Parts: sequence; C-alpha cells; structure tokens
Amino acid sequence: MSGHVSPKSLYYSIFGALMVLTAITVFAAFLNLGAMNAPLALAIATFKATLVVLFFMHVKYSSRLTKLVVTTSLFFLAILLGEMMMDYATRGLGVIPPPLQ
Amino acid sequence: MLDTLKLPERHYLNNGHGLKSWLLTKDHKRIAIMYLISISVMFLIGGLFAAAVRVELMTPEGDLFLADTYNKMFTMHGVVMVFFFLIPSTPAVLGNFLIPPMIGAKDLAFPRINLLSLYLLWVGAAFFFYALFAGGVDTGWTFYTPFSSSASNSNVVPTALGAFISGFSSILTGLNFIVTIHRMRAPGLTWFRLPLFVWAHYATSLIQVLGTPVVAITIVMVAVERMFGFAIFDPVRGGDPVLFQHLFWFYSHPAVYIMILPAMGVISEVVSTFSRKTIFGYSFVAFSSLAIAVFGFLVWAHHLFVAGISTYSAMVFSFLSFAVAIPSAVKTFNWAATLYKGAISFETPMLYAYGFFGLFLIGGLTGLFLATLGVDIHVHDTYFVVAHFHYIMVGGAIMGYLGGLHFWWPKLTGRMYSEFFSRISAILVFVGFNLTFFPQFMLGYMGMPRRYHAYPDEFQVLNIMSSAGAAVLGVGYLLPVLYFLWSLKRGEVAGPNPWGASGLEWQMPSPPPTENFKEQPVVHGEPYEYTPHVAREANLV
Repeated sequence: MSGHVSPKSLYYSIFGALMVLTAITVFAAFLNLGAMNAPLALAIATFKATLVVLFFMHVKYSSRLTKLVVTTSLFFLAILLGEMMMDYATRGLGVIPPPLQ
Repeated sequence: MLDTLKLPERHYLNNGHGLKSWLLTKDHKRIAIMYLISISVMFLIGGLFAAAVRVELMTPEGDLFLADTYNKMFTMHGVVMVFFFLIPSTPAVLGNFLIPPMIGAKDLAFPRINLLSLYLLWVGAAFFFYALFAGGVDTGWTFYTPFSSSASNSNVVPTALGAFISGFSSILTGLNFIVTIHRMRAPGLTWFRLPLFVWAHYATSLIQVLGTPVVAITIVMVAVERMFGFAIFDPVRGGDPVLFQHLFWFYSHPAVYIMILPAMGVISEVVSTFSRKTIFGYSFVAFSSLAIAVFGFLVWAHHLFVAGISTYSAMVFSFLSFAVAIPSAVKTFNWAATLYKGAISFETPMLYAYGFFGLFLIGGLTGLFLATLGVDIHVHDTYFVVAHFHYIMVGGAIMGYLGGLHFWWPKLTGRMYSEFFSRISAILVFVGFNLTFFPQFMLGYMGMPRRYHAYPDEFQVLNIMSSAGAAVLGVGYLLPVLYFLWSLKRGEVAGPNPWGASGLEWQMPSPPPTENFKEQPVVHGEPYEYTPHVAREANLV
C-alpha cells in the first residue's frame, strides 16, 4: 500500500459515523414504517459498507485495478440480486388458477 | 536420442527430503504434487461410492442397500467428487504447477496462501470423513432445503462445514492465480501472448473468487437454520426453500465452469501441440473463456424450472442458458479448425482430447434439451439429467484433466509413461464412459427418476449396461495409477520437451528446479509457433 496515508482523524470520524449510523439503525428498527422497514435498514447498511470499503479498505486511494475489482464484485452482486428479484417480482403473474372441482 | 538424456541433478523433487520439507514447502510444484495425491485419494473414494450405486442398480429390487443407505451412497459420491475432486482437479494440480512457468515466474504471487489453500482442503476433507464415519449424509450433494435444514437426521452440518472450508481453499487458489497472472508475467509476455491454458485459468479464478463466497454463506445459513432453528428456508415458518435453490445454484452452476474451463485450457494446449499448428482464432478462444465465466453466472435458475419459480423468469433463464452455449461452441469450432490440415498425431494426451470433443459435444447439446422449458419438465430429475452432467463433468472435465496429466507428466516427473498402456487406458475410459452413461440418457427419457434404489423391471437391461460400463471405466481409471507409478522408477527419461511443444514451461528442465528458470525468460514471439523450423529446434532441445 504505497502512497496515500490518511490522517488518524479521518479514521476516527469514519468510526464515529459508523457508530451513529448503527444507532440510527437501532432507532429505525423501533419505528413502524410498514413496507419501508427493510429498505431503510438495507440503505443504512449499504451506506456503512460503502464507508468501510472506501476509507478503511483504502479503495478511495487505490489503483484503478483495485477499483475495477470492487466494481466487478458489485456487478456480480447485482446479477445475483437482480435475477433473483426477477423471479420474486413476477411469481404468480399470469398463472391461471385451476378450475373449481 | 533418448538414451543420452539424463535427469537434472537438482530439481524440485530432491531439493529437500523428509515429510517436513513437503508439509512446509512454499514451492508451487510440490504443493501441486500434494494436491495430486490428495485428490487422487478422494477420486478413489468417490469412485467406490459410485461403484456401490452401480452395483445396487444392477437389479430392479433394492436388495443391496436400504433406501436410506442408498441415499447416503449417492450423496457422498456427489460431495466427494464435486467438492474434493472436480473443483480442485485441474486448477489445483496442473494450474498450480504450470501457471508460474507458463508466464515465466518463479512461483505464485502468494506461496504461503497457496500452501494454506491445500491445508484448507485437507481440513474440509477431515470434516467430510468425520461425517462419513459418524454415519454419512443423505441430502444429495445439493443440500436442498427444507429436507437438509429441518428433516434429515444425518450428518448434514459436518458435511456442509467440510464443503464450506474447502470452498475457501478454492477461493484462495483463484485469488492467487488472478494476482499472479496480473502481476508476474515475464517481460514481453503480453495478455495476448499468454497460453490459452492461462486464459482459461484466469476465467476460472474469477468464478472461484466471485461465486464461492455465495455458496459458502448459503451453506452456513442451512447450518444455522438446522442448529439454531432460524427460519430462513423453512416454508412452515415463513422461509422460502426456493431462495436456497437460487443462492445455491448461483455458485453451483458456475462451478461446472470451474470444472470445465481449465479442462478446455488443457485441450487448447494439447490440440495445438499434436496438430503442430498455432491455435485457430486465438483471441476468440481466449475471450470465449471470459464469456463463459460471465454468462455462466446468468443461467442458474434453469435448475429451478419445476421448483415453482415464475414462468416469466424461467423464460429469461432458458434464453440465457441457450446463450451460454455460444462461447462453448466457439471453442469447439476453433479446435476443429486448428486440426484442419494439421500434422495430427495420436499420442495419449491427444486421444483424451479427441474423447473430450465427442463427450463434451454430447454433454453440451443435451444441456440445450434441458434448457428448453417444455422438455425439461419431462426429463427433470430423471437419469437424463444424470447422464447430461456426467458427460460434462466426467466426459469433459476429467477427460481434460487426464489428458493434461498425461501431457505434462514428463514435466512433473522427468519421465515418460508406457505409451501402449496409456493408449489402452484412454480407449477404455472413452468406451467405458459411453457404455455407462449413454444408456442413462435412454433411461431418463423413458422416465426413470434419479435417486431411487429400486426401479421397474423394464429398465434392467439398460441399467446392467450402465453398471458394466462403470466396471470398464473403473479399469480405465486404475490403469494410469499403475503405469504412472511404474514410470517414476523405470520410465524413460523424458528430457525438457518430449512433445516438441512451444510454451515457456517446456524450456525448463524436467523435472524443473525449484526456481523454475535459472534466468528470467523474456518473450519475443507469439504463442503456439509451430512452423517446421521452430518444431525442429524444439525437438533438438
């Protein structure tokens, strides 16, 4: 890891942000947002993961090859989730129920 | 000329003696040899389970095993063969041994991680053996829920942990290959001068790194549900068993390409060498490896057509499954074009390559039957499927692995094996394989379901043919053990390049020294240069 050295204060700030976001997650878990419960929790978790990847894992300051590796893995994650949701979103559509006996 | 050849005085096999020098080695070649021994033992064990299955199926009645025992036999056959033999086979043995010399490097990028990956395979295998001796497991190698998570009373968790741990072995190998191929190529060795074996392993590594973590976590979820009662896949408590199938096959379909892509890499090398021609359509063959790796991730739900997934997504997955056949066909046509007007010969590695063509073709085309929605409903979970994937995983992957092992055996050991017996073995494998699995296409089409220990009388003739074929196949697989062992002591000294092949690995002595090359090789030419002049020079080395 030649090159960029981040100041300690940045790491403490990111750590603080992660702690605050964790508190928000806990707080949000007690709110009844109906269908938005899971998307909100996932959105906060994704934001936290992004902070970890960019700063703690130094991807923000890494070579383009490293960024390509990270993007590739996200692309394949998108395939996993996208194609799976393709099934769940259309399940039961156009199915003709059997006639009543 | 061969009489004058001598083994080099110092090479990787005699550089250090004793168990410790092997168990603590960082030499990729020694690690490859330990992989070779390990997976050969696992192949033998997996083969014994297969033999048990075939003996049971010689008669329509379930007279040798109880139904439960039979379930365990085919499950353990599948678990051993997939996780402990096929996944590591070509990459961990031949890839490990050959990728560094093929790119002009002294070792892989992370030699200690390479050794760790071997240890992880052993630890995973230890969990499997524990499960075996504790009574076995009966879920099928696919660990389908909710049976595996809620109903089965066999050793699901230790087996699953074994698969989980061996998965990390696979991830580390893939990671090592990716970094090595990116960072350690010799001067002048540009991406489009790489041997196609290396391209194939690069594509394989991508799948290993990107896919394996998904199945690992999925297996953990099964274990968590089973041990702590979490409701992830259990439909009674709001879970979804089809979710398991999605997650499992997201890895396990590409896993088939982990098995077949390295074999395809072997075939490219062998076909070019034994037809004395440069490979036809190099860049198409190289990119088709990457295309298979990427497209391979888009098709998994063709395993779920009758599992209750949406009709619309099934149509999309069916279309994509047809699409993945295209890069495989690109390779096959290019190999055929390479043979055209080549100076073709029939040494053992090439016999395996010919076998690969025929078997992979049948396996691939019957895959299209299964990708067709209507046909799949008829043949789903029948012996047609069993025959199809054995044509790919045995007919394709193992033929490629054995072809590669015969091709590079002189490099691994410095000695030649008996060409006579090895040709007999190749022919026995081809004949025995077809006799074993072609009847299974017919059985499946006629409606014989898989995973039953008893069947109606009218299926007996074809089942006996299949079992007889398995016996021939067994002899074909055992013969190489004998002549390879024989060759270690008594085989003719091979010299550095017995086949007159191009490629950096053939410039090393056989067996190579620990550091592979005395001086850093520099690459000036294109791969697969088989002009008469180059071939003559190579033979004179």
